[in-house]
Amino acid sequence: MSARPFKTAREIRDAVSTRQISAVEVCQASLDRITATDGSLSAFLNVAAERALDRARKIDADKDHGPLAGVPLAIKDNISTRGLTTTAASRMLKHYVPPYDATVITRLDAAGAVIIGKTNCDEFAMGSSTENSAFGPSRNPWNTERIPGGSSGGSAVAVAAGMTSIGLGSDTGGSIRQPASLCGIVGLKPTYGRVSRYGLIAFASSLDCIGPLTRTAYDAALALSVLAGPDPRDATSSSEPVPDYAGGLSGDVRGLRLGVPRSMLEQGVDPSVRDCFYAALEILRARGATIVDIVLPHARYAISTYYFVATAEASSNLARYDGVRYGYRAPGEHDLKSMYEKTRDQGFGAEVKRRIMLGTYVLSAGYYDAYYLKAQQVRTLVRRDYEQAFQSVDAVAMPTSPTPAFKIGERMEDPLQLYLVDVFTVSANLAGLPAVSVPCGLTSERLPIGLQMTGRPFDEATLLRIADAYERDTNWWQECPAI
Amino acid sequence: MPQRLTRADVERIATLARLELTDAEKDLFVRQLTDVLAYAEQIQAIDTAGVPPTSHVLSSQAADRADTPVPSLPNAEALANAPDPSPHTGLFRVPRVIG
Repeated sequence: MSARPFKTAREIRDAVSTRQISAVEVCQASLDRITATDGSLSAFLNVAAERALDRARKIDADKDHGPLAGVPLAIKDNISTRGLTTTAASRMLKHYVPPYDATVITRLDAAGAVIIGKTNCDEFAMGSSTENSAFGPSRNPWNTERIPGGSSGGSAVAVAAGMTSIGLGSDTGGSIRQPASLCGIVGLKPTYGRVSRYGLIAFASSLDCIGPLTRTAYDAALALSVLAGPDPRDATSSSEPVPDYAGGLSGDVRGLRLGVPRSMLEQGVDPSVRDCFYAALEILRARGATIVDIVLPHARYAISTYYFVATAEASSNLARYDGVRYGYRAPGEHDLKSMYEKTRDQGFGAEVKRRIMLGTYVLSAGYYDAYYLKAQQVRTLVRRDYEQAFQSVDAVAMPTSPTPAFKIGERMEDPLQLYLVDVFTVSANLAGLPAVSVPCGLTSERLPIGLQMTGRPFDEATLLRIADAYERDTNWWQECPAI
Repeated sequence: MPQRLTRADVERIATLARLELTDAEKDLFVRQLTDVLAYAEQIQAIDTAGVPPTSHVLSSQAADRADTPVPSLPNAEALANAPDPSPHTGLFRVPRVIG
């Protein structure tokens, strides 16, 4: 096996396990690819070359190989890595070196994966374009004038450009699925609680999920089997049994019922997205799935609900950045209160401040009931819509993003317009449901489009089975950007 | 509920959030937060009488773990990222609070 780019995790794992290629060769190929391409893409904030090569040498020396032996990995920079700077793409944490590993990092290490480096994202994962990074935007490998999506944009770019086989991201309102869609790869947001959040820098704790970005559904299944499971360090992690996700990819979708909330596609969806989406449903229908119209009556309120719930939680979570225990502190002589205020004004970027402000407002006296409590009640209605739908369907199909990737800078002036791109993704977070995005087409300008499937709680297996079946009849997943 | 946030509203929220905003930021946030609130206001139209709030989506009670002591972060490591540590005393230092 050659070490050329665009290899899947499965191919690499199989070749490393049978000693057809060494983990060191794979690691070096990944580092070379980053050297060749990342100057124009900015996927990585920090490439840990020596650390990665050391790790690869150890894997080559091991007698037994794990399920991800030698697989190069890109980690979103809001996931804690012991001894490796973890910034959340914020000036606030520019020099922060975590004294511990996130549980997902411990699990990936044990599975034999090789962490290549830390990837760019929107600051504290707040954004849908990776333009809110304090260290500059990442660029879409399909067209470098366009955004890669976000907030896990760097991890999506790393996988889409063949720098690594797996990227780790976090998804609070679509931050794994949307960049996966815009970069032409697979992105999986697991059920809330399926994967431990220990060591994930908190944004909105009732919505945050860690998950994989990969080239194929099979690789996503492989990664989820490693990531999933209970963790004593995260009280919200679930002890629901973890199935063999890869083993369940039978290609058989006969008898499965897919619900389509057709009225949601009537407005604000790019025609190329709508065409690819309906064409994708025909592929699945031809494989034996049944397509059914459904309604999600409250889905159109999901964005409003999300921006109240997520910002309220964020304003509370980000109160910890006070210039005392870690992170940035404003220079100069101040009293304590003034030190807090200057530190936070200088350390946070505009979008983070905007969300802290909105969240503080909706939690403040006199507005709590009207905004925050009301949003939590609507959240219940959004959940019930899905519960109702899952009485008659096995998964809900929607586009992942209403448009292909837009140009860098195009929407920076109007935050509300940028919030609206999450229209198809946020409801899965509000309801805690698993959802996957899989490549389902390219526009005439060769910009990727994604198909999203949302499933019942802890039923990632069905979503992955559908995604894998779809890949068997299409070759969108094999398309690569010409970078 | 205000149709439009005022500059005084933004200043009050900033104080609660411990953010010292510049004048330019205050002007920007008056406009942008008003826009977002005007859009999000649509949820007020939904009838939620008797609907319980969802604060989390966990289907089962969080499990208890065994109450077994394990080593915690050594003091030196806990201080390693502090902007102004006092390694000698093992404490974080903050600006003087009482004159």
